[in-house]
Amino acid sequence: MTHEEIIERINGFLVEEFEVDAEKIVPDANLRETLELDSLDYVDLVVIMESNFGFKVVAEDFINIHTFQDFYDYVNRKVEEKKTAVPES
Amino acid sequence: MNNRVVITGLGIWSCLGTNLDEVKNSLYTGKSGIGMDPERKLWGYRSGLTGIVEKPQLKGILDRRARIGLSEEAEYAYMATLEAMKNAKMEIDWVEKNEVGILYGNDSSAKAVSEAIDTIRLKKDTTLLGSGSIFQSMNCTVTMNLSTIFKLKGINFTISAACASGSHALGLGYLMIKWGLQKHIICGGAQEVNPFAFGSFDGLSAFSIREDEPMKASRPFDKNRDGLIPSGGAATLILESYESAMERGAPILAEVIGYGFSSNGEHISNSSVDGQIRSLNMALNDANLKAADVDYINAHATSTPGGDYAEAQAIDAVFGGCKTMVSSTKSMTGHECWMAGASEIVYSTLMMQNNFIAPNINFEEGDDASSKLNIVTKTTEKNIDVFLSNSFGFGGTNSSLIIKKIK
Repeated sequence: MTHEEIIERINGFLVEEFEVDAEKIVPDANLRETLELDSLDYVDLVVIMESNFGFKVVAEDFINIHTFQDFYDYVNRKVEEKKTAVPES
Repeated sequence: MNNRVVITGLGIWSCLGTNLDEVKNSLYTGKSGIGMDPERKLWGYRSGLTGIVEKPQLKGILDRRARIGLSEEAEYAYMATLEAMKNAKMEIDWVEKNEVGILYGNDSSAKAVSEAIDTIRLKKDTTLLGSGSIFQSMNCTVTMNLSTIFKLKGINFTISAACASGSHALGLGYLMIKWGLQKHIICGGAQEVNPFAFGSFDGLSAFSIREDEPMKASRPFDKNRDGLIPSGGAATLILESYESAMERGAPILAEVIGYGFSSNGEHISNSSVDGQIRSLNMALNDANLKAADVDYINAHATSTPGGDYAEAQAIDAVFGGCKTMVSSTKSMTGHECWMAGASEIVYSTLMMQNNFIAPNINFEEGDDASSKLNIVTKTTEKNIDVFLSNSFGFGGTNSSLIIKKIK
């Protein structure tokens, strides 16, 4: 999955599942404020990330995610890590 | 305090239709809402018969946060309540500024619970259940969600009383308003319709297996009945004190005048004629009526051999001399279980408003108990001033409600 495909998929589920206006999703916008996330929404974000990208987000990971760009970069990094991970024997 | 209690709004979502007009027409024409669900046979059901209930499309009506907490039955209850509040002229702005309560009958949320357990087993990670699971899974899923969506500030809880849940919800709402504890309560009953909800019931061989003739399978009181057909949806009634309804300028549709209840204190699943008679007599006493004053009885009769037989005896014992007209709308709807006690008040009130009695379809020949009753087999034009509705549930919980026309 390319970086562009990751962005497209994230934006797709934010519009479809979180009902965010597509025009509000810009790289420098604040993720939490734009999505109006409360503690329950974070749980749903974890679920949707797991079903789309196959990894589990932990709460601490969100500490350094402020903008949509941070979020895209974070997901990209996790997807790359997953690709290069050595399977346990 | 002894306030008069009136019904100012009705809402329905069932296999007979998804609004009052559709349901009234189905009742008048004696239309069955029963069909087959092939998925149930794949799950090992003895019977694939079920009420066919449309699923509401809530995207665009409710926001995401409100939607994801709604179980299947809470979705039905939302739609029924929306209709009831609209025709009670109860606007959300007014509701926010007043003490409106909710008492709803519901006794399972099996689909939500099953799906959550499947996820835990598969993922071994509870976070992956998502935030909505708990609000869908609890028995009070309807009241906790609707009280939030409609900004309710009055009494707020769920009544779980098996197949009498909806009826007791109305009965308790009636008492609270009668005694001056509340002025306005959203009452009703909801029932999920899915293979997870009814497996254990099917396992008791309680369901009809007349699968080759789904619309003829539900035949309350008929000699050749062979079991009930599960169904569901939701029904909402707005109960208010007469004074508050007048003050609001709300349409007054009917008056609740009697509530009787009892517990059999006997077998967990078998009916008791004695328990039902006590419930009927208590309702008549509460309404200060004689048996002859009741124009129509919407029986609990679900189409099971034992249950219908007991109810026919109980009705005959209390109303036998009056030849009161009797039908079971479950002949068309199947058994709407937790919802039935509320939906059957909606169905009967529609009949009262439109001067007819809906037929007990599929009744061809009575047994030695039901042949003593005056069972209505064809749609009958009739002025109904007073009707009674029975609901009986597992554990021997009985409820009878009496409703009167407002003149």
